[in-house]
Amino acid sequence: MGKKSAITVEGLTKYYGNFLAVDHVSLNINNGELFGFLGPNGAGKTTTVRILTGIIKAEGGTGLVMGYPAGSIQAKQLSGVVPEQANAYIDLSAWDNLMLMAELYRVGISEAKLRAEALLQEMGLYEKKDNLVKTFSLGMRKRLILCLALVSKPEVLFLDEPTSGLDVQSTRLIRETLRKLRKEGKTIFLTTHNMDEASELCDRVAIINHGKLVAIDTPEKLRIGAGRFHIVEIGFEKPVAQETLSQLPNVEKVEGVGNKIRIYTENPGSLVASIVDFTRSHSLTVVNLNIQTPSLEEAFIRLTREVGHD
Amino acid sequence: MTDSSLVLDQARRSLAIAKKDLRIYYAKGPVVIFGVLMPAFLFLAFFIGRQMPVNSLIPGLLGMVVFFTATAVSPVVAPWETQARTLERLASCPVAVWTILLGDMLASVVFGIVISFVPILVGLITGASIHHPFILAAGVVLAAFCFSSLALIFSFPATSSPATIMMLSSLIKFPLVFISGVFMPVEELPGWAKGIASFSPLTYFTEVARYCMGGTSYYPPFLSLLLLLMVTLIFWGIAVTLHKRTLPKRL
Repeated sequence: MGKKSAITVEGLTKYYGNFLAVDHVSLNINNGELFGFLGPNGAGKTTTVRILTGIIKAEGGTGLVMGYPAGSIQAKQLSGVVPEQANAYIDLSAWDNLMLMAELYRVGISEAKLRAEALLQEMGLYEKKDNLVKTFSLGMRKRLILCLALVSKPEVLFLDEPTSGLDVQSTRLIRETLRKLRKEGKTIFLTTHNMDEASELCDRVAIINHGKLVAIDTPEKLRIGAGRFHIVEIGFEKPVAQETLSQLPNVEKVEGVGNKIRIYTENPGSLVASIVDFTRSHSLTVVNLNIQTPSLEEAFIRLTREVGHD
Repeated sequence: MTDSSLVLDQARRSLAIAKKDLRIYYAKGPVVIFGVLMPAFLFLAFFIGRQMPVNSLIPGLLGMVVFFTATAVSPVVAPWETQARTLERLASCPVAVWTILLGDMLASVVFGIVISFVPILVGLITGASIHHPFILAAGVVLAAFCFSSLALIFSFPATSSPATIMMLSSLIKFPLVFISGVFMPVEELPGWAKGIASFSPLTYFTEVARYCMGGTSYYPPFLSLLLLLMVTLIFWGIAVTLHKRTLPKRL
């Protein structure tokens, strides 16, 4: 697949009464890309997803999904949706929910059965396939919702906080599935609060705040662009006074974190060289040393704070 | 896809919605109470102790049963699904608003038709006879479509409370039963009451049923069937228009 657009958004705008929920958002998501959409609560993430999946209509702008207008039957036919709240039919079994979705997407019955079986196996739900969804835990329901979204083999998958509130196993299973789908060339639009998740999974992320896009780039570039300071975290065999370390060149700030010392610097390479000299001259033994680049969380906080203060 | 194949494609998807409705909603308490028990008790309350021939009783019972069963579920599916957020799931699927409504309507039609066998069988067991079975069958099917499309109109307000819709639909359904010649043939009603009865689609079905069971009918049966068809199309058009407006408010 080339760099053809799977999702194109131009000037998308949505009001709830007088409240501007989405403010002229423009995006371009490539085919086969795993795209993260980050933002604080109420920033406009879910509203954007709901517009792109045809659940609500925008007041302005356009959205295209695989070249079709967002919300059109053709666009929906090519999309799978995992909403924030698990919304399977609780009075139906997992299997019947899957068969219903397959019928709504006009998947042939024998193909639907094969896909449903494979998906339920993959998500660890096959043994419970005949149980009513009302007996499922939140984690099981969310995994089922992902199965429902995938039964039609969509080209584009929209996920709104798919791992929020889930146990470790369910979270891991969903993330693994997303990685696998990305390898298969599916386009994935993922909204999340979880910075580690976005950092770990996404090719690119966009940050939205107060309805406006404030940044869009790879997690790596956002991280680097976000903070001047790298963190060098160091642990010594014997206690070392923080003040001594603050005398070293290229040190901006020193703080104690448990039995380690965290040093902020613009130049981690030179600082590490200074630390090595320092330990030799003071006959100290380093038990632990690592360099951390600024996190996506830092970038997120900085970017959302900047716009919040505008 | 051409327009007609698109329509056919959507109609097929509506069958999935109808199947889902039949599985989920028809065993629910309020549906059984308002759809089956209520008309049965209303009928018994009116007819017990009155000396009426079976051929006069059964058309009224049949009319009421089809009316109540076909209007029992379709008004409350939308608020129930709004509450459970499953409507949002349907809205994200490749289905049009009318596809969802058609599915809900088809489920009501099937329920209405199936339950209509109960009064018909009761009639046959107690000595009633059916002189025009095909016209009666056409009447039952058309009436089920007509009443379920009326019921779809009841559910247009964008609420997630089924009780609100049940109350609203009862406010309209009960008066309709009393003005529709269910308890008394239209030809025996005074002139002003005949005029009022002509506004109710239930009147036309009860008249068809009376004719088919050997009684006399005030309106020619084919006119009644034609009127039922026309009213169905009008109700359907109104329901789709109103739901298109209110569906986004539910999501």
